[in-house]
Amino acid sequence: MSADLRDALRAEWTKARTLASTGWLLLAAVVLTVAVSTAVAAAVTCAAGNCTEDPARISLTGVDLGQAVVAVLAVLMISSEYSTGMIRITLAAMPRRTTVLAAKAAILTALVLAAGTIAVLGCVLAGQIMLRGHGIDPAHGYPSLSLGATSVLRAAAGSVLYLALIALLSLGTATAVRDSATAIGVVLGLLYLFPIVGAVMGGSHLGRLVQQIGPMTAGLAIQATTGLGHLPISPWAGLGVLAAWSAAALLAGGLLLRRRDV
Amino acid sequence: MTAPALTSYRSAAPAGHDGFAQLLWAEWTKFRTVRGWIVGMMVAGLLTVGVGLLSHGECGSQASASAPVVTGGPACTSPLGPGGEAVTDGFYFVHRGMGSDGSITARVTSMTGSYSPDGVSTQDLKPGLQPWSKAGIIIKASASEGSAYAAMMVTGSHGVRMQWNFTGDAAGLGGAVSAASPRWLRLTRAGDTVTGYDSLDGTHWSVVGTVTLTGLPPTALAGLFAASPDYAVVTSRSAGGGSGSGGPSQATAAFDRVALRGARPAGAWTGTAVGGAPGGSYPVLGYRQSGGGLVVSGSGDISPVPPAGEGSVANTLVGAFAGLIAMVVVAAMFITAEYRRGLIRVTLAASPCRSRILAAKAIVVGSAAFVVALPAVVAATLIEEPLARSRGVFIDPVPVLTEVRVLAGTAALLAVAAVLALALGAVLRHSAVTVTAVIAVIVLPYFFAVPLALLPAGAADWLLRVTPAAGFAIQQPYPAYPQVTSAYTPGNGYYPLAPWAGFAVLCAWTALTLGLAMYLLRRRDA
Repeated sequence: MSADLRDALRAEWTKARTLASTGWLLLAAVVLTVAVSTAVAAAVTCAAGNCTEDPARISLTGVDLGQAVVAVLAVLMISSEYSTGMIRITLAAMPRRTTVLAAKAAILTALVLAAGTIAVLGCVLAGQIMLRGHGIDPAHGYPSLSLGATSVLRAAAGSVLYLALIALLSLGTATAVRDSATAIGVVLGLLYLFPIVGAVMGGSHLGRLVQQIGPMTAGLAIQATTGLGHLPISPWAGLGVLAAWSAAALLAGGLLLRRRDV
Repeated sequence: MTAPALTSYRSAAPAGHDGFAQLLWAEWTKFRTVRGWIVGMMVAGLLTVGVGLLSHGECGSQASASAPVVTGGPACTSPLGPGGEAVTDGFYFVHRGMGSDGSITARVTSMTGSYSPDGVSTQDLKPGLQPWSKAGIIIKASASEGSAYAAMMVTGSHGVRMQWNFTGDAAGLGGAVSAASPRWLRLTRAGDTVTGYDSLDGTHWSVVGTVTLTGLPPTALAGLFAASPDYAVVTSRSAGGGSGSGGPSQATAAFDRVALRGARPAGAWTGTAVGGAPGGSYPVLGYRQSGGGLVVSGSGDISPVPPAGEGSVANTLVGAFAGLIAMVVVAAMFITAEYRRGLIRVTLAASPCRSRILAAKAIVVGSAAFVVALPAVVAATLIEEPLARSRGVFIDPVPVLTEVRVLAGTAALLAVAAVLALALGAVLRHSAVTVTAVIAVIVLPYFFAVPLALLPAGAADWLLRVTPAAGFAIQQPYPAYPQVTSAYTPGNGYYPLAPWAGFAVLCAWTALTLGLAMYLLRRRDA
């Protein structure tokens, strides 16, 4: 690791650590994720015991909301520097702009991976408790919701990775557009519009395509443990699509950061 | 010495510029001179049109995605009723000709049925009627599907009804029919006017309804009919299609004391399976003479097809979600940018009455959003609907007033959402958090209720009743027919609240937030 990157990492870690909002947003992401998962798991009922629910998908539903908080955190990581003018000091102190962005991405990924792991473990635990009460458990023929099962482990670990990739997508977008409100609007639009438009278009060819290329619709395929044949895209391929979105956003942000005046 | 007359000093400048009109003008100047915001509003309009253009697929493309027994789906070759709406017109019809003046009377002494619980199989039939199994007397323009009609009928569990031209429905006597408690039904025709009566004893008649069937030919068909809609278990998750299981069903009714007056030409009863033999055809459809009466067995339904998904005009409005997000961003920045740049201090110094500033900003941003959104949704509809029709998608027509409500209501929805973003921005004073919060309370409940499709229908309905997302009810183009069992879910364009009630919920949240914002703006230092 070059000295540059190490210094940049230390600087970004100091900034992230000493901002009150970082802690609050991470806490909000964990709490909201687990709360929504618990609520959805509590609401799902299966009267006849023959519904086609996916226990892992239900338990991890909170990620659908938690990602919005993660996106706010990631957007603010760079856009707050623009709104306060701090970016000028940052870039004066560390003229290698790509290194600055890489350091921000690394710190952000570490923070989101840590918070995401806590949130996902909380979701799985909540799912195990709530769903057992509704008869969605191995005793009724449903797949077990234990992390020992390969598919559940994939769904859980994949959700943590998903959150990290959403954070990187948001960071790249915010670097490119610089303004926090615009950046969060673009990110949330990218996330939530694809599933809504896809649902309206139904099972048509175009509707399926929308589901396959949307960062959220593709990325969350990683949470599926049953009915894999009916998914618009396979789990790891879906996460790959999201990774491509994140890489493209970071690339665009990085290039603009290098080319532009502050 | 006389004191010189003192005249107080008056400035030559025009008097006070502190009226509300001036404030409004000042806020409008701020809004229109920030290029990013104008670009943002234009982007909102373009997104509303552009995303809307994606909304209609190919004809019949949904057929594989949803259970055909539950959803109407986009009907490519659906027969149309007299009102131009897609209809189902399949039943067994035993008829004779009827002149322009006449009547038909019959007594129904029993009604029984069977259904296939597992789908297409007709081997494992279970006895039982569907709630809207129907049998009775009918006057119909012709035996072709979708022609005008009026009918008096007994139903599985909704008593005696009079129904006409597919969408009309009026209740008569209640209770189930049996040999001990038969029902008398009568229809009289005078020109285009048909009146339906029911009676318990054949002596004391009461009018159920009088309807005008425009264009009923001089010689129409009158007779007995039986129909029974598919047995369906809707286990819908509010998803676009809704899932379910079911199968065909059949109803058999026994009639006696059948009297037809004004018959022309006089002739024997003729049996016709209107709409062709239904799928999973029953071996027992048809009619037979029994004693002095007739026994008629039929399957199918005489009803409108509730438009859903691609067949709905509301589909084109999905672009409003994209426009909404862009407008929320602009509206939030309209206030948070003042805090970030410190302009709020100048604004408050120039106009110390703080609530009025927020009111002026709300009017400016709300009007701008409405003015941008209305042409956008109208353009999306004007461009996309003919395109979809040319691809063979049937889109149910809606009355002009309903269309105006749907389009203007969608524009108003975006305007109110913009005001909500402004108010929340004044409360939170932070743009990214404001934008996220507004999207979380408007778009996310819809997302959880419709595309996510994990919540049970009840929970999803509550999300669309109590959150600001209830406002999307203003987009509901078609009424839910109580006489047709279907998946009336938000994904299909049917909301749990009435259009204006849902919009009122959104307005109430906005008013509440605006009130809180005014209170906080007065109490807090800027």
